Amino acid sequence: MADVAGTISASTLPARYRGPADTAFKVVVVSLSSFIILLAVAMAVMIWLEARPTFRAFGYLDFLTETTWDPVNAIHGALPFIFGTLLTSFLALALAIVPALGVAIFVTEFAPKWLANIINYTVDLLAAIPSVVIGLWAVFNFAPFMRDTFYMPIYLWAEESAPWLVPLLGAPSTYNLATATLILALMIVPYTVALSRDAIGQVPIEQREAAYALGSTRWEVIRDAVLPYARTGVIAGILLSLARALGETMAVAMLIGNRNRMPFTLFGPAATMPSLIINEFREAVEVLHYSSIMAVGFYLFVVTIGINLLASYIQRKLSITKGGV
Amino acid sequence: MTLKARYARDAAIQVGVVLMTLIVVIPLLIIIVYVVANGITALNLDFFTQELGSPARAIQGRPAGLRASIIGTIVIDLIALAMALPFGIATGIMMSEYPEHPFAPVTRLMVSTLNGMPAVLMGLLAYALVVKNTGGFSALAGSVALAFVMIPIISRTTESVLRVTPWSLREAGLSLGLPRWRVTVSLVLPAARAGIVTGALIAFARAAGEAAPLLLTSFGNNYFSMDLTQPMDTLPQRLYSLAISPYRQWHSMGWGGAIILLLFVMLTFYAGRIAVKKMEERALGVNEERRTARRKTRKDRREANQ
Repeated sequence: MADVAGTISASTLPARYRGPADTAFKVVVVSLSSFIILLAVAMAVMIWLEARPTFRAFGYLDFLTETTWDPVNAIHGALPFIFGTLLTSFLALALAIVPALGVAIFVTEFAPKWLANIINYTVDLLAAIPSVVIGLWAVFNFAPFMRDTFYMPIYLWAEESAPWLVPLLGAPSTYNLATATLILALMIVPYTVALSRDAIGQVPIEQREAAYALGSTRWEVIRDAVLPYARTGVIAGILLSLARALGETMAVAMLIGNRNRMPFTLFGPAATMPSLIINEFREAVEVLHYSSIMAVGFYLFVVTIGINLLASYIQRKLSITKGGV
Repeated sequence: MTLKARYARDAAIQVGVVLMTLIVVIPLLIIIVYVVANGITALNLDFFTQELGSPARAIQGRPAGLRASIIGTIVIDLIALAMALPFGIATGIMMSEYPEHPFAPVTRLMVSTLNGMPAVLMGLLAYALVVKNTGGFSALAGSVALAFVMIPIISRTTESVLRVTPWSLREAGLSLGLPRWRVTVSLVLPAARAGIVTGALIAFARAAGEAAPLLLTSFGNNYFSMDLTQPMDTLPQRLYSLAISPYRQWHSMGWGGAIILLLFVMLTFYAGRIAVKKMEERALGVNEERRTARRKTRKDRREANQ
């Protein structure tokens, strides 16, 4: 299809395909589908328009670097939330990459087909669980469990034998940065698995056979023949997972404890850009408060669109058809 | 490195990847077990027939339930799907059937970008577009926000099913002298029908679990309402409110809501998945092979009997 349709440009179409009905159908399809371009543009423009009072009051850069978020005194800065988002996302990604790659390698290279099918289904199931349900479970079970079983003992031990760690850890609260990060890691694993699984699955069988023929063991085949070939796809997958983590909203908003002031500690509450939007948007009555939340949303938009574009660029470079049809 | 050491490393790696798989799979089982165990006990007749009301209602033990949230979820999601389908399907057709159109590359890029956009931003957009201009939170604004979530998903799935529809089908139509639109409408779309339905189901399941956009648009409502211009309750947004509330009775109702939402999303998602699988098999000719094999066995058996 690529070769046939791709080479025909609109002007060289035979007269048969330029009849009134064809034109009408095309107009309908194109105008309906233009909506998605409009949607992306509207998102940038509308959120920016709503955020304008904030940018006018503080300036783009000062709003970005200001560390105080104090709606009562009308001082707004996005830095704590940007920092919190980046910190939780990168930590979660660091936690998720190795297990996710492990699962992807296991299902593509080691597991028998029936087991691989079960694991694939299970991982997809994990991706399908609504964020708010995972949040609910974590609020009532995971967070108290982690505080009592791990954070408290670690903190008490640090107080006695490693006092330099204490400012980094902070007094353990039920809802904190560490718990939110762990749940975030759990939530992005399915995406990383699915995307790297696809990338590894595209490695031609000859690539493996050649490595086996040279006398490689199974792991050497994976390390020297499969992973290098799948590298670009895996990297794009990791970037897309990062974008997921940056935008993950509900579970994080329920677990992170929502503290608007830096410095954040590992066992203490923190905040992210989406969690701020969820927690304060409904209570924002002041114009500046409202527009500042929109401004945070605008920065979130900019960050995610940047990472998404980078990922599609990498994917396009990887694909044989160069992103064409 | 000796051969023995290389084999030992192989074994170690194998153990490692199995362990990692367990690390990923076990939390899932824990979550499912907890939600089911806690949710079942919260379900009773009141849960499905009563509205939530004020906190006092649950604390004093008067009947309270999530009827409003369950019905609201279905209403808002269905309206959102009805809004999203024409745009999503048209975008899919555009990307697959009109790749020569100058908008096609931009559209494809936008679809993949919007697919990765956090749903909370769709909520902010719907708020700025609908809530601000109509004067208040409303169920319709919630539907618009969810439609924004669904459109990129439907576009992508529609495009991919249209792509796997055999090119020979289009060639057959064109060689009979059919115009392009007729080939798309009468040949390509019917052939891809199952896949398009699947895409819609997957988009529906994804949107049904989203709480963030709804918190900013349909807002939530403790009482039953069918007025689309007023705030309406939905399960995901209600789960959030119940979980962060300080009332024990509401927490247990939250577990009940979680099991319903989980079932709702999973069933939709799996209906979609199974249809995808069937379709892929058909595209690969698996069923055809199976059928031929079966026919052959039957024939062999007949011949053996004779």
